[in-house]
Amino acid sequence: MSCSRRKLLKSALSASVAASLPLSAFRFLSPAECKAATGTEGTRWGFLVDTNKCVGCGFCVKACKKENEVPYDAPVTRTWVERYVVTKDSKTHIDSPMGGRDGFTDPKIRGEEIAPADIAKTFFVPKLCNQCENPACVQVCPVGATYQTGDGVVLVDRKWCIGCGYCIMACPYGVRFFHPVHKVAEKCTFCYHRISNGQQTACVDACSFGARQIGNLLDQNDPVTKIIMTERVAVLKDEYGTKPQVFYLGLDRNVR
Amino acid sequence: MKNHVLRPLWCVLAAIALTLIVRHFMVPADFGVNGESFTYSYHRLSNVDEWRDFKAKYKGREYCQECHEENVAETSSSKHQLIQCENCHGPAIDHPDDPETLAIDTSRELCLRCHASLPYPDNPRSRIKAIDPNRHNTDTACIECHNPHNPNLEEG
Repeated sequence: MSCSRRKLLKSALSASVAASLPLSAFRFLSPAECKAATGTEGTRWGFLVDTNKCVGCGFCVKACKKENEVPYDAPVTRTWVERYVVTKDSKTHIDSPMGGRDGFTDPKIRGEEIAPADIAKTFFVPKLCNQCENPACVQVCPVGATYQTGDGVVLVDRKWCIGCGYCIMACPYGVRFFHPVHKVAEKCTFCYHRISNGQQTACVDACSFGARQIGNLLDQNDPVTKIIMTERVAVLKDEYGTKPQVFYLGLDRNVR
Repeated sequence: MKNHVLRPLWCVLAAIALTLIVRHFMVPADFGVNGESFTYSYHRLSNVDEWRDFKAKYKGREYCQECHEENVAETSSSKHQLIQCENCHGPAIDHPDDPETLAIDTSRELCLRCHASLPYPDNPRSRIKAIDPNRHNTDTACIECHNPHNPNLEEG
């Protein structure tokens, strides 16, 4: 059997290339693995608040408290509604009695009577955890009790939290509080138990006016994603660089 | 080396060893960087499932409809069609097993959440018919006259 120099070099090269390939290169990937590797599919929960639709009934706050076992009469809440009344002299009057849990039924704001003729504009702004892409509250946790899930929701491990309160101080939006019963840091979870099981959050379900919506930001056909992509939305405290994932329609400059 | 140098050294080494052993048994196996970054994903992985398994209390209109078809049908064609049953009836939880009956909130305060008059003409609130709670039949419950499932007085 003859072997030319060219043939020997060719075979040696292909043999060394074949030998350098790992076994895993020949493994069949499941569709799920392919999707995860390419990164085009998945879930990133996002929220849309339309302040043009909110009437300040407070059913969302009530539903949230009952759904998530937040003590009903304690002055803490995972979500709340703020009322803004801007008068013609450019003064802004803001209140949120009990987080708006019982709705806004009194024209008085913090006991102050405002003459209807003086009012320039009014709006209600529902607030909740922004589930930031860069959550400051997670960075400061000294024990790894709070974290971001794969689908972008920031959760608190109640068994791990030592209750130091750093995260409550770090959140620029003031959405965290100390749970009076569990004695740990507490926050909105986007109703993780509901959205993971194909339901809407309790506040979205309770809202009769469509002011609150939740959706998957990685799904381009999701109605929420479509609105965020095509309409003029704003986020709260953009300058903090936390990249909030709660988007607002009709946000006013008075809202902080 | 002299004993008085070695003795504290052994103590320190023993303390470090003890810390490592205790840590090994106290820290759960699934605690660590479970995700992309140490900054945001350093946690106990099984906690995600603990949150996922949290019990949902609000069941939604479809669940109510399974038994209370007539009430859902009546409300669905009324001006209150957008309001979830559980906003007034309270969360179903495991009704009818637990609780057997739901405590319905029939207070004036509940109706006033939307129907208390506020002087905000530019606000969507003003599209809802409203009353002044201090003047409109102050001592009477709303449901004495208005049927919440079909609030239109002419029809109801």
